[in-house]
Amino acid sequence: MSEINGASGRASGAIVMDGVRKGYGEDWSWQQVIESVSLDLPPGQFTAVVGPSGCGKTTLVNLLAGFERADEGSIAVDGRIVSGTSRDRMVVFQESALMPWLTTYQNVAFGPKLRGDMRGAALDREIDRLLNKVGLAEFKDKFPLQLSGGMQRRAELARAMINSPSIMIMDEPFRGLDAMTRELMQEFLLRLFEETGRTHFFVTSEIEEAIFLADRLVVLSNRPVTVRTVIDIELPRPREFHLLSTPEAYDYKREALEILHEEAMKSFGGGGSVQNELVEAIARRG
Amino acid sequence: MTAVSDMVQGAGVVRKRTRLQRLKDNRKLWRGIAAVVIALVFWEVGSRWDQWFGFTLPFIGLIPPPTDVAVAWMSVLPQPGYWESWYLSFKRVLAGFLVAQLVGIPLGLALAVNRYFREFFFPVFEILRPIPPLAWVPASLIFWPTNEMSIAFVTFLGAFFTIVINVLGGARTIDISLLRAAQSMGATQWDMFWKIVLPGTLPSIFTGAAVGMGITWEVVLAAEMISGGGTQGGGGLGFFIWNSYMGGSLPHIVVGMISIGIAGYVSSSAIRWLGDWAMPWRRLF
Ligand SMILES: Nc1ncnc2c1ncn2[C@@H]1O[C@H](COP(=O)(O)OP(=O)(O)OP(=O)(O)O)[C@@H](O)[C@H]1O
Ligand SMILES: [Mg+2]
Repeated sequence: MSEINGASGRASGAIVMDGVRKGYGEDWSWQQVIESVSLDLPPGQFTAVVGPSGCGKTTLVNLLAGFERADEGSIAVDGRIVSGTSRDRMVVFQESALMPWLTTYQNVAFGPKLRGDMRGAALDREIDRLLNKVGLAEFKDKFPLQLSGGMQRRAELARAMINSPSIMIMDEPFRGLDAMTRELMQEFLLRLFEETGRTHFFVTSEIEEAIFLADRLVVLSNRPVTVRTVIDIELPRPREFHLLSTPEAYDYKREALEILHEEAMKSFGGGGSVQNELVEAIARRG
Repeated sequence: MTAVSDMVQGAGVVRKRTRLQRLKDNRKLWRGIAAVVIALVFWEVGSRWDQWFGFTLPFIGLIPPPTDVAVAWMSVLPQPGYWESWYLSFKRVLAGFLVAQLVGIPLGLALAVNRYFREFFFPVFEILRPIPPLAWVPASLIFWPTNEMSIAFVTFLGAFFTIVINVLGGARTIDISLLRAAQSMGATQWDMFWKIVLPGTLPSIFTGAAVGMGITWEVVLAAEMISGGGTQGGGGLGFFIWNSYMGGSLPHIVVGMISIGIAGYVSSSAIRWLGDWAMPWRRLF
């Protein structure tokens, strides 16, 4: 039924984070970015992670993807400890990471050609199928610079999907797209998820986007990061865009926003900081 | 909707025009030609002011008029010596330039990808780099057995430092996401070098080549003038100018200068053409 889970139908991609800590710098310039993150995410679910800007979301993505190692704690996927990168965990990056010198087709073919696990007519067929799915069949011979922002994002989705990862890690993939394209991309991703049931770890700073897409919403604190709360989004699937204007969605949104607001305000705290004074000055004037 | 389809049809029509029509409508080309013609007319009139109006204009009055230059040019065109100058200069430029590329590109890439290599060699490199190529001339004249080899060495140095700095800078600014994406898909270090670092550095390699080519010409001509004619290491367009100067023929000096201009233009066009060919993704619009 679903293309990744095969005939067994058992979803893969369970993520268990246990006391993950991460910081940067030397002794004298140490900056704790992730204080402690423990999460237990079942397979086949869409998890959205929201947090104040600059809190350490990308850092968490880097740890899960295996680009960097946690200082303490561990991350396990399907029971195996993450110790490096793997084609099982594909990342769609915050900025476009298509190779500018490769066409859409060549970009999608990059992984399989590298590993040599799919070639010739079979590879062509698979790429055609994926490009059709993301609506880029006509653009297979175009270079990334010739594609619009939304098309680039879809090309990147296809490039990740061809490696049939058990987890799709997405780091604010729709940031920078205009509102209209962003909405279309959200619906597109939703369809893709509902069709495949692939595990998603989706980082965003847009609360509505998170509620629209996710089965569960992880709200992070300000830096150093801890998990503030995990909200189960029990909205029916398949979802439509008007869902966001229902009272249920509104309640979820308010709940998450309250916490996020609290966290965002903390970065203005710390008494006597420049930002704090600025905010107070503006508040007094208004 | 109609407006869009009109535009599309319009574009189709543009493509169907004949070569001649395209040439006729090429405003950029005609403006360029007009500018050159106007400049030549001013030059001619300015230089001949003395003949026609009885007094010499400052600066421009001392330069031979374009018609005299053309006559001088016609006189040297059939001479094998003139073409030998071209050949000698081009040979020196190409040799220095190619060796600089062959050594400079790998060195730049090695400096970029290997931290220890960089930490060890970069300081030495940075101390040698600010020394202008011509400051190397006396030392290399002593060091190398023949003048020709000294010229080759100085020429090489001129392009070398620029090439290395460009390659190093280009490779270091490759987006780390590209490397990480490749790594996730199973790329080895080797794959990442050949499939990400090298293509990602190509634009900087060609920037380095364009700048390096300019420097190479400067150095070759200066070296040709310094070393003079005679037995070995002589000849070339630089020597052609020097010789005309010694012979007191102003029009020939100008012929030599314009020849160098053309030679430089040919060289940089060749590099631009190569760059377009090697980087199809950079000539999209
Ligand atoms: N490699 C690194 N070296 C040093 N500091 C780092 C490194 N990576 C991240 N940081 C620091 O960690 C903090 C969190 O960065 P991160 O990019 O993870 O935040 P983010 O939540 O993704 O931000 P944004 O909302 O801008 O995407 C920042 O203060 C940053 O300076
Ligand atoms: Mg980020």
